[in-house]
Amino acid sequence: MVNNIISVLKEKFPEATIQEDIVVVPFQSLLSLIELLHGEGFDYLQDITAVDWPDRFTLVYQVCSYHLSTRLEVKTDIPKENPSAPSLTPYWESANWLEREIYDMFGIKFTGHPNMKRILLDEDFSGYPLRKDYQ
Amino acid sequence: MNTQEITLNMGPQHPSTHGVFRLILKLDGEVATGGTSVIGYLHRGLEKLAESRTYPQFIPYTDRLDYLASMSNNLAYVQAVEKLMGIEVPERAEYIRVIFAELQRIASHMIGVGTFVMDLGAVTAVFYPFIHREKVIDLFSMTCGGRLTYNYMRIGGVSHDLPWGFVPRLYYFLDYMRTAIDEYHQLVTGNEIFLSRTKGVGIITPEDARSYGLSGPNLRGSGVRYDVRRAFPYGIYDRFEFNVPWGETGDCFDRYMVRVQEMEESVRIIEQAVRDMPEGPVMAANVPKVIKPPAGEVYHSTENPKGELGFYIVSDGSTKPYRIHIRRPSFVNLAVLDKAIIGWKVADVIAILTSLDFVLGEVDG
Repeated sequence: MVNNIISVLKEKFPEATIQEDIVVVPFQSLLSLIELLHGEGFDYLQDITAVDWPDRFTLVYQVCSYHLSTRLEVKTDIPKENPSAPSLTPYWESANWLEREIYDMFGIKFTGHPNMKRILLDEDFSGYPLRKDYQ
Repeated sequence: MNTQEITLNMGPQHPSTHGVFRLILKLDGEVATGGTSVIGYLHRGLEKLAESRTYPQFIPYTDRLDYLASMSNNLAYVQAVEKLMGIEVPERAEYIRVIFAELQRIASHMIGVGTFVMDLGAVTAVFYPFIHREKVIDLFSMTCGGRLTYNYMRIGGVSHDLPWGFVPRLYYFLDYMRTAIDEYHQLVTGNEIFLSRTKGVGIITPEDARSYGLSGPNLRGSGVRYDVRRAFPYGIYDRFEFNVPWGETGDCFDRYMVRVQEMEESVRIIEQAVRDMPEGPVMAANVPKVIKPPAGEVYHSTENPKGELGFYIVSDGSTKPYRIHIRRPSFVNLAVLDKAIIGWKVADVIAILTSLDFVLGEVDG
């Protein structure tokens, strides 16, 4: 199952690096890749998370399909200054809380999110704890 | 007559919210027109803590995520690290892991089902599951000394072998469990009041269930037949014969029924595991004393009693993880609550909330 979608991705997104089930795309291609996966029956956004590297953030999406029993990991890098990414709430409702958690912990804003507020920490909390430079 | 919407706060301290959970309800009379969940009262910063602990040191922290399913959390984490390091677990340890994971499923569903019926008002019904749960906890306690948090799984196997006398007690428990479930069906499942309070209440459509990323009994109650043990078999689950129960309507009754049937299936799996379990070591021989996974990343998920628990681990080659992210099923499942309660009375809001069977330790991490 996963091989079919991988060959489609290799064809439509030559700029992506694909290794087994991990797809690394440049940031500009993220939304169109997500659009494609959503249309191809990937109806389960299992997880979104972020990793704080010294020079960039990496967003990691686990995009799956309930009935195809397939899972793909989509990764993209975003810069450290004013980090932001498009919100995936139009595609999957599960993105709502997952993106709020990333905003809460890393300060990455998701444009188009219906409720871009902290979710776990207090509203008045300042700072983004999961960043490596947090004191 | 002019009416007004009132905002009611089901504050963090509330007997029916099952933990420190706040729900801000908007009510028109007694009907909920909307709700906002406020979480984070039990946030302990586990993901940040993980960055300053070694891989084995993090295992007890996983116990405290979904504190009603500690064995399953341990299992998901150690399997993720084993995947990252390419460690193969010996056969006996794999069988022990399955036995404990399924016993844990029974224990967790006992609470899920018991508190669900209790929240509808039938307080007596919660005592029976807790009695049955005590038998499971006795088995755990004789093996690893803990009643709620176990720290039993290790990277490469389990901490130590089963104690003397475990298997006979397990067989006794399995026989006892079958009659216990029958008793429960007699008391609760056919009860007229129970049926009228749960049938058709809090329906989550399959489309909503998929979009909200639900997993576990909440998802299967809505008819989506997805179980990680079948979709991405981990450990040795592909060797066992068991059914994955699912519901048709997606109401509270279906979620309850899926949990009860899952307990029956867990009994089947445990029987097969005990029958086929070989002798041998319970810890892989080639596990280094100092756990230093190669630089890289891994994502591994398992079917926890509450849903799909996932661990995303990024290693930089040192003894401490660079980043651990925990995909918590209760966190993702809870998001659907704000939608599912619209149009229901306050008493039904409680029923729907409890039918989702979430644990705040896991919601907040």
